[in-house]
Amino acid sequence: MSEAQPLLEVKDLHVQFAARKGAVARAVDGVDLSVREGEVLALVGESGCGKTTLARTIMGLEKPASGEVWFRGKPLDYGAKELKAYRRGVQMVFQDPSGALNPRQTIYEAVAEGLRIHGLSDGEEAAVAEALSISGLRPPERFYTRYPNEVSGGQRQRVVIAGAMALDPWLIIADEPVSALDASVRGEILALMLRLVREKGVTIIAVTHDLGLAWNIADRIAVMYLGRIVEIGSTEELLADPKHPYTRALLSVVPEHKQLEQQILVGETPDPKRIPTGCRFHPRCPLFASGEAERLGISGRCTGDDPALEPISGVGAGHLAACHAVG
Amino acid sequence: MSEPLLSVRDLEVTYPGGVPAVRGVSFDLTAGETLGLAGESGCGKSTIAAALLRLLPPGTKVTGQVLLEGNDVLTLKPGALRAVRWEEISIVFQGALHTLNPVRKIGWQVAEAITTHRPGQSAGTTSKRVGELLELVGIPAARADDYPHQMSGGQKQRVLIALALACDPKLLIADEPTTALDVMVQAQVLQLLEDLQRDLGLAMIFITHDLSVLATVCRRLAVMYAGRFVEQGPAAEVFASAAHPYARALAAAFPIIGDPRYRMAPSGLGGDPPDPRDLPDGCPFHPRCPKATPECSAARPELAEVGPARLVACIHPEEIG
Repeated sequence: MSEAQPLLEVKDLHVQFAARKGAVARAVDGVDLSVREGEVLALVGESGCGKTTLARTIMGLEKPASGEVWFRGKPLDYGAKELKAYRRGVQMVFQDPSGALNPRQTIYEAVAEGLRIHGLSDGEEAAVAEALSISGLRPPERFYTRYPNEVSGGQRQRVVIAGAMALDPWLIIADEPVSALDASVRGEILALMLRLVREKGVTIIAVTHDLGLAWNIADRIAVMYLGRIVEIGSTEELLADPKHPYTRALLSVVPEHKQLEQQILVGETPDPKRIPTGCRFHPRCPLFASGEAERLGISGRCTGDDPALEPISGVGAGHLAACHAVG
Repeated sequence: MSEPLLSVRDLEVTYPGGVPAVRGVSFDLTAGETLGLAGESGCGKSTIAAALLRLLPPGTKVTGQVLLEGNDVLTLKPGALRAVRWEEISIVFQGALHTLNPVRKIGWQVAEAITTHRPGQSAGTTSKRVGELLELVGIPAARADDYPHQMSGGQKQRVLIALALACDPKLLIADEPTTALDVMVQAQVLQLLEDLQRDLGLAMIFITHDLSVLATVCRRLAVMYAGRFVEQGPAAEVFASAAHPYARALAAAFPIIGDPRYRMAPSGLGGDPPDPRDLPDGCPFHPRCPKATPECSAARPELAEVGPARLVACIHPEEIG
């Protein structure tokens, strides 16, 4: 095989939660995804689309109802010891650095905590210094005894990233890493993430609703809607020529984006306990509502057949969409 | 030229403990006009909003004038101030999800805003008005009997907008009204605010750090740094080609998708905002400024004209297109 083995593979993954009255929320409802070593993948969608559940399942924090997560060619082992070793290599960075840090813990303690949990206290100070330093907090000693409230919001997010980097991870899952930060700090944190990929070889999955972030740092974009990936492709191709009507709508509402006519969808992401039949997007789909699907002669399939994520003719091989109107 | 609805003159606000947040801000707003206030946390933009409604904590020192149709809000007696709040100027805050009372139906909460200011009004008239207000913000009147927990984040933000419109204000202040919302819901709320502003002829002050949002919603834009305006002008022009290096960095923080200059090149601004108690000498932005020269630390530049209706406080302004 010419292609290198993917770092991470998600195979027909389903993750479900029991709700009241015997209902089942299908948070992740059939996702296939493979992530290459050293790439930045943006996982894009609205709240409730399942992107955070997918991220948590990749981290081993949720167990799939069916399907598998594979790492370096082997399925994930959920045994306690194996899972702990795996989690050392998969670190998460959350949205709000103020909430992620203990206000009574010094920055040194915060960064060293992961090392201690994983029994890596040998050379602890060197590891903390190195992690702070690559996260742009230099000289590191200056930050050891400071508390989170004594540094700026951008520096707090750097501390959180240093805490992740101290464990020398192979994958960082960043959940809305800049959405709680000021505009001026945003670019600096994104630049730091790119530097970690280039200099340290980490792989990043950025969970976000922000297509601008994807344009800034992501090699590929996967768009999620109601538990399913509905479009995936290289950032350039997917943003220049979005195929799925949901992706087109998401891109059209980016402020100051003028290439597409603004298409504001009504309502919010529907309830994962009641996923619509046929194409799950059809009740909000502008093509369906405008009668375009009828004209194309596909409206029966929109309401009856669940479209698969398939290659699109005339575009690059890695660009796939799940829509009956896209062939 | 018509008399401005709001005229703010040399507004200075110092919080208890001697922390200056606003250091001399002046601007006018005519009826039906939209002004965007941009800047990072701590720049003073939300303090201006609170000062307009006198919602600042006790012990805060406020000087200057806030003239609303010629009357100075800063010197109003409590009764007159109460009439200004909500009937003249109202505000929609960020974090909608937590400001509604969880144990009251939303219709009751909207009615309360009306009856507080119009005690004599009959129950029938009030309930009719509640229905109208909910419909106005795109919520079916029948949902007046819902509790906040039965509504989504976007719907709660709509209820808060209905609350703010309850007493037909002339000026609506929107302080980060879409920050906590999803992209699609943000687009819905922005569309609603634009429609209401146009249909009701509201004046609006829109506060956020996202210049791309302001460029879409507002006609005029002011960028704040360390308690002062550093740039002011037509919103689309300032966003597209800011003259102040700080405003330019803020605009570049939100990339234009498809523009190769931003591809794999996130643009940030080094350093942190200055400590308001200890501002740098000269231009307060000079320690972070890519264009700073020794003269920048000597004297603080005042706002000066750089183009039609364009003001900037910088001795090395960027070329404006």
